[in-house]
Amino acid sequence: MNETRKVVNRVMTQYRSFVILAIILIVASVIAPNFLSFNNITNVIRQVSISAMLACGMTFVILTGGIDLSVGGILGMSGALSAGVLAATNSALLAVLVGQGFGLICGIVNGLFISYGDLPPFIVTLATMSLFNGGLLLYTSGAPITVGNDPYKFIGKGELFGIPFPIIILAVVYAIAFFILSYTPFGRSVYSIGGNEEATRLSGINIKLNKTYVYAISGLLSGLGGIVLTSRLGSAQPTAGQGYELDAIAAVILGGTSLSGGQGFVLPTVVGSMILGILTNVLTLLNVNPYVSNILKGIVILVAVIIDRKFKSLSATAE
Amino acid sequence: MKSEYILELRNITKIFPGVKALDNVHLEVKPGEVHALCGENGAGKSTLMKIISGAQKATSGDIYFEGKKVTYNTTKEAQNIGISMIYQEFNLVPHLSVAENIYMGKLPTKNGMVDWNKLYKSTQKILERLQLKISPKTLVSNLTVGEMQMVEISKCLSTDSKVIIMDEPTAALTEQEISTLFNIIKSLTSQGIAIIYISHRMDEIFEISDTITVFRDGKHIKTMKTSDTNYDEVVSLMVGQNIENLYPEREKVSDEVVLKVENLSGKNVHNVSFYLKKGEILGIYGLMGAGNIELSKILYGALHKESGKVMVNGQELHCTKPLEAIEKGIGLVPDDRKNEGLVLIRSVKENISLASLKRIVRKGILDRNAEKQAVKNSINSMNIKVSSPEQLVGNLSGGNQQKVVLSKVLRASPDILILDEPTRGVDVGARAEIYQIIDILTKQHKSILLISTDLTEILGMSDRLLIMKEGKIVKEVLRKDFSQELVIAYASGGVKSE
Repeated sequence: MNETRKVVNRVMTQYRSFVILAIILIVASVIAPNFLSFNNITNVIRQVSISAMLACGMTFVILTGGIDLSVGGILGMSGALSAGVLAATNSALLAVLVGQGFGLICGIVNGLFISYGDLPPFIVTLATMSLFNGGLLLYTSGAPITVGNDPYKFIGKGELFGIPFPIIILAVVYAIAFFILSYTPFGRSVYSIGGNEEATRLSGINIKLNKTYVYAISGLLSGLGGIVLTSRLGSAQPTAGQGYELDAIAAVILGGTSLSGGQGFVLPTVVGSMILGILTNVLTLLNVNPYVSNILKGIVILVAVIIDRKFKSLSATAE
Repeated sequence: MKSEYILELRNITKIFPGVKALDNVHLEVKPGEVHALCGENGAGKSTLMKIISGAQKATSGDIYFEGKKVTYNTTKEAQNIGISMIYQEFNLVPHLSVAENIYMGKLPTKNGMVDWNKLYKSTQKILERLQLKISPKTLVSNLTVGEMQMVEISKCLSTDSKVIIMDEPTAALTEQEISTLFNIIKSLTSQGIAIIYISHRMDEIFEISDTITVFRDGKHIKTMKTSDTNYDEVVSLMVGQNIENLYPEREKVSDEVVLKVENLSGKNVHNVSFYLKKGEILGIYGLMGAGNIELSKILYGALHKESGKVMVNGQELHCTKPLEAIEKGIGLVPDDRKNEGLVLIRSVKENISLASLKRIVRKGILDRNAEKQAVKNSINSMNIKVSSPEQLVGNLSGGNQQKVVLSKVLRASPDILILDEPTRGVDVGARAEIYQIIDILTKQHKSILLISTDLTEILGMSDRLLIMKEGKIVKEVLRKDFSQELVIAYASGGVKSE
């Protein structure tokens, strides 16, 4: 009996997001019959793919015990710059490179301030979030920049073997992230920095460098998200990134990663993103007032955190 | 009918899922006595303490206080009855005053506002009762560790406790602070307060306690008067077998100098010079704050070196990061295992390989099979008791945790090993094993810098001893001249340095 309880605890702490997803899938398919259609499902994944990319980078950051509030800002700014370069040169390759490069640089700047400047991640990324959001408005003069280049549009709208291209990008991103976290010394450092920074430092690991990497990854993936979004919408919107940071953080938490760092996995994060996406989708299918969906999101996150606490304390006393 | 005992536990059993932590144990505590609880980690001491203090509830059994049966579910309820506990890790808020800490949660009020006058007056009274010269308004962050311990005791007095449980109260104290603490304990017992005393340090237990109860594997083994027993009996009751010499026989070491330090200065360290020979155990003893811990951190590159020269095998060393020290063959086992030694929420495996990840990387990728094998070897050779290498380090006993730290440091194959308080909070059995390991390491031509505030340990292990005081080395003692009195005299400033 104790064994089954242990298993239940383990499932509920490590694979909680999968359980919640399963429940939501079942409920959704019962109350909204057209939910389970192939078209609708791919549509949902396509919709969440961008925030799931940010959430992937956010998982790295949160695992080290940090937070990155600037992901939405970087996303908006990268998308706009990419669209701007495209408008000027009509080179999809250059547009992608500039968008990615900008995201990477923003992430590195965040990381340098946080690790070498020894500043709290919350404050640094709160500042850069505002900076990027403001910069985006300034750069676009508050008007969308439309993109008309076909190869560029393929990134967000194209399909490969019948699968939307953003989903393929997403799968590749998560596969690489999983590999890095599980099979590289850097991944190991990410976990141990979040678990105990001082002990990790005394074990001869370069904390500052590794932390900078983590924010660089988050920036890079935010840049990627910006390009995919711009391509999908056919334009870069002056307020594109706002709110994305919260969805990304929520997805990581729903995925069971500890906000204090050191414990968690990257694959459940994508499930966390899906949960949020499906919730919105089902409510749309049911013609529920869209304002209600945010309220429900909030409730789902709270419930997830409560379950997390409950099972963590259960497994703690069982030791 | 008034009982002879102030606190009596009858037939206490505590079952955790899968484990019987306490098996039908009993304990009788008389008023005004110091009752020492002895047992290795996992013997059930901490569970029993938690049950007495109200932090946990027994599965079955009864508690009698002053002859009456009592039940309580929280530590607060236990305090109301008159039982309080001082934990090894202090529960103090550093940015609040001594008075606010003592009366936390029960600040005296007048018209809904804090009555500061009354607060400071009653705090003053308690401090005087303990003969402490601290102002009630001092911020706790400005106190020494010893003074913080006294504030913890004051907290117990503020609730009128008649039974005070002390868990390793001397773990962080200097010799002087320990003797102050013992005086206070004596004055408390003369006021009829009973102390339940838990410590790994046998000499202390024999110095301060009136009664000793030994636990082993969750069972009550024996209760005896301290005056009727001796060190060897208690230890063999704890271990369940006779433990042979705790400290290994030392052989002669070579004359080859591997580490030479000249005029080293840094935080709390002033102009320190010494040398370390190949295969030698060089002890560095000092009271808390003497600068010995800082010295080790400067050598390891974890603290800034202001001036001076460090030579390893004749080559000058400039370490600014632990990483560089590790690459140059220096390893450090830090004194604060939980905050500096281990990532408690990660597995035994990950902790063991943390300082030597480079050795298990092939083309940038972790070779998980090589890691598994390496970790298995460490677990076997160190005799670390784990259910699996994936077990969280935080769930291991102190001794096993310390072996994990040692394994981690040794996997990076250092030639010079700095051990800061290697057996703090480690039970006797594991302690003997760690001493064996240290001895074997020196036979493999590794050199050890042993830093400890445990006098018996440092005298038992070292080939040569340096005594530090106020950041300076005040005396070098050879093994043949070792004596407790001499070392204490120099360390506490009883003798002027030469």
